Amino acid sequence: MIVRVATEGQYRLDDGQAAKLNELDNEVVAAVDAGDEDRFRELFDQMLSLARSGSGLGEDELEESDVILPPPDLSLEEAAAEFTGEGLIPG
Amino acid sequence: MAGMAGRMSTVIKAKISKLLDRAEDPGETLDYSYEKQMELLQNVKKGVADVVTSKKRLQMQSQKLEQQVVKLDTQARQALSAGNEDLARAALERKTLAQSELQNLDPQIKELEAQQDQLTENEKKLRAKLEAFRTKKEVIKAQYSAAEAQVQISEAATGVGEEMADVGMAMQRAMDKTENMRARAQAVDELEKAGTFEDLTQLDSGGNDDIDRQLKELTSSSDVDAELAKMKAEVGPGSGGGPALEAGSGGGEKAGEGP
Repeated sequence: MIVRVATEGQYRLDDGQAAKLNELDNEVVAAVDAGDEDRFRELFDQMLSLARSGSGLGEDELEESDVILPPPDLSLEEAAAEFTGEGLIPG
Repeated sequence: MAGMAGRMSTVIKAKISKLLDRAEDPGETLDYSYEKQMELLQNVKKGVADVVTSKKRLQMQSQKLEQQVVKLDTQARQALSAGNEDLARAALERKTLAQSELQNLDPQIKELEAQQDQLTENEKKLRAKLEAFRTKKEVIKAQYSAAEAQVQISEAATGVGEEMADVGMAMQRAMDKTENMRARAQAVDELEKAGTFEDLTQLDSGGNDDIDRQLKELTSSSDVDAELAKMKAEVGPGSGGGPALEAGSGGGEKAGEGP
């Protein structure tokens, strides 16, 4: 699967990582709902780290992303608009 | 899809399929979308230039403030040497304010530098992607067989479109941040315009009671008191002769909490 970190770049991850990413996604939604800034920051950082653990896409690769994570400097306020319901990834 | 991934790619896909529907010749569509993307690349370059301009402006202000701090420190010492404590206090109040403005500017200049680096990096990446798109476009055009070409075009255009949207977002965020800094730069300009950091001997006769009152509110009087006491010990009242200037003590002190 291909994951983009907005404003940063795209990474290619094993499809097996999708479940982990989805799990974090749901936890972030819960943290955002609770207005827990520290917890949100911690989980979102984990999501970013997971994405960055993949291999970066080459400059000549034109691929559509399966998942687009918001920019790394996302504020809790902005997150409230992105991480709602099922989060970035359904399910 | 509830999240951003859904929204962003839906918009891109909608735009691209509209483009493809309209086109009679896929080759033409490709050329057209490449041209469009190149235009957008120019906007990114302009965005980088804007950030650089803002950064330069803040840097200039910062230099000016540093000079004011040194100047006001000198004036305070001169005033103390001449036994004019009120004038010395006024100079120190202005110095405290200038120092706290300086402390505000510093992280902002650093932030703009980071923005500039990131945008430059984004621009470079986008240019590479566009180059890849251009190459691919020629390949697709050469092997043009309707159905297959349509799929390939859609894929390439979506890929480059997503990149474009992402750079657009990076630009927007950089612009938002720059906007906040402009407001700060504006505030410093206004303080200057009001004569806050002007030569105190001129101010004295000009009757700037208003500025003095505002300054007292803005600066922490305990900081000013402490510095005044320190300076008194160094200079000594009415020591005569030239002012005892301690070079280097001007910019180094902490301005405290600031306004």
